[in-house]
Amino acid sequence: MSTDAASSELLDDEFLPMRARILELAASLDRTERAGQDFQEDPRWGQLQQAVELLLGAGTDRTERLQLLFSRPYQQKWREAWHM
Amino acid sequence: MYYIDPHIHMVSRTTDDYETLAKMGCVAVSEPAFWAGYDRGSSAGFRDYFEQLTSFEAKRAASYGIQHFTWLCINAKEAENVSLSREVIAMIPEFLDRAGVLGIGEIGLNKNTRNEATIFLEHLDLAAKTDEQILIHTPHLEDKYQGTRMILDMLTGDRRLDRSRILVDHVEEHTVRWVLEAGFWAGMTLYPVSKCTPERAVDMVELYGPERLLVNSAGDWGPSKPTAVPDFILEMRSRGHSEQAIRQVVYENPVKFFSQSRNFTFEAPEWAEAEVRHP
Repeated sequence: MSTDAASSELLDDEFLPMRARILELAASLDRTERAGQDFQEDPRWGQLQQAVELLLGAGTDRTERLQLLFSRPYQQKWREAWHM
Repeated sequence: MYYIDPHIHMVSRTTDDYETLAKMGCVAVSEPAFWAGYDRGSSAGFRDYFEQLTSFEAKRAASYGIQHFTWLCINAKEAENVSLSREVIAMIPEFLDRAGVLGIGEIGLNKNTRNEATIFLEHLDLAAKTDEQILIHTPHLEDKYQGTRMILDMLTGDRRLDRSRILVDHVEEHTVRWVLEAGFWAGMTLYPVSKCTPERAVDMVELYGPERLLVNSAGDWGPSKPTAVPDFILEMRSRGHSEQAIRQVVYENPVKFFSQSRNFTFEAPEWAEAEVRHP
């Protein structure tokens, strides 16, 4: 089976589940907005917006990049900073 | 398909769960010491817990034909209390020769604090001095990446430790590569909401290969699914992976990793040996 055929078959399997998950996300965003405008200053709202933008990009490492977006940064010299 | 759940907290589960696990093909479990849902007030509380893990729980599992193994430590959350942690660490050697004790675990970080790191290093020192295997908890959510990198810094900074005898658990897409490339074993935890799903776990097997990868349910007192490993098996099958490839992850890899412990007295059921010989 060619790569094109395989990816087309995969899309057959994944299209409805992905559509359902995107609708769930859209409904969650709508629900939050209906509840008022207070959330817009919350940094978590900004993170969610960045996450959605990240999904629109190309590549095969979206999951890893999303995980890093939601992560605290790692400082390589943490042991020196703590004198450990 | 017969399998081993390498990380599950059966003290928090019912006997019905043991029965279900047995019916679904689980032949052995490994149970790391963990946070009980509240901070214990004294080292005596840990002594009682270690007693439960090393005696009663093994009998409870055996009555369903499941072999029970365990790991001992003070968990990362309670490690914030340094004096209590040192009392518990001093007590652990009393239990290390008991049947089924595989090593020190699940040690690690929770909020990535200085106290947690101090106690993590003291656990590593105990493991090195007693030649024990190590099972490691990595933090949740936004703390995972930072905490995992800090843990790897501490592990690779101790030349006494054999990386092939250390399992770093709860890896996800942003941490699995760091763990495997440094030569450690990596565990993927299947949870209903946080951590990893069966689909994402199979993605990681496809991306990194089955070597040194384990999959577990980490079933406990919170939202978790003790039968998550069979869900992983089903997902592997639905993508067309061979029975041998599935068996490597859910049975052969845990046996290979745990066999490095002197107390891993696992008796492979006759049928499981036959499956391995004649895939």
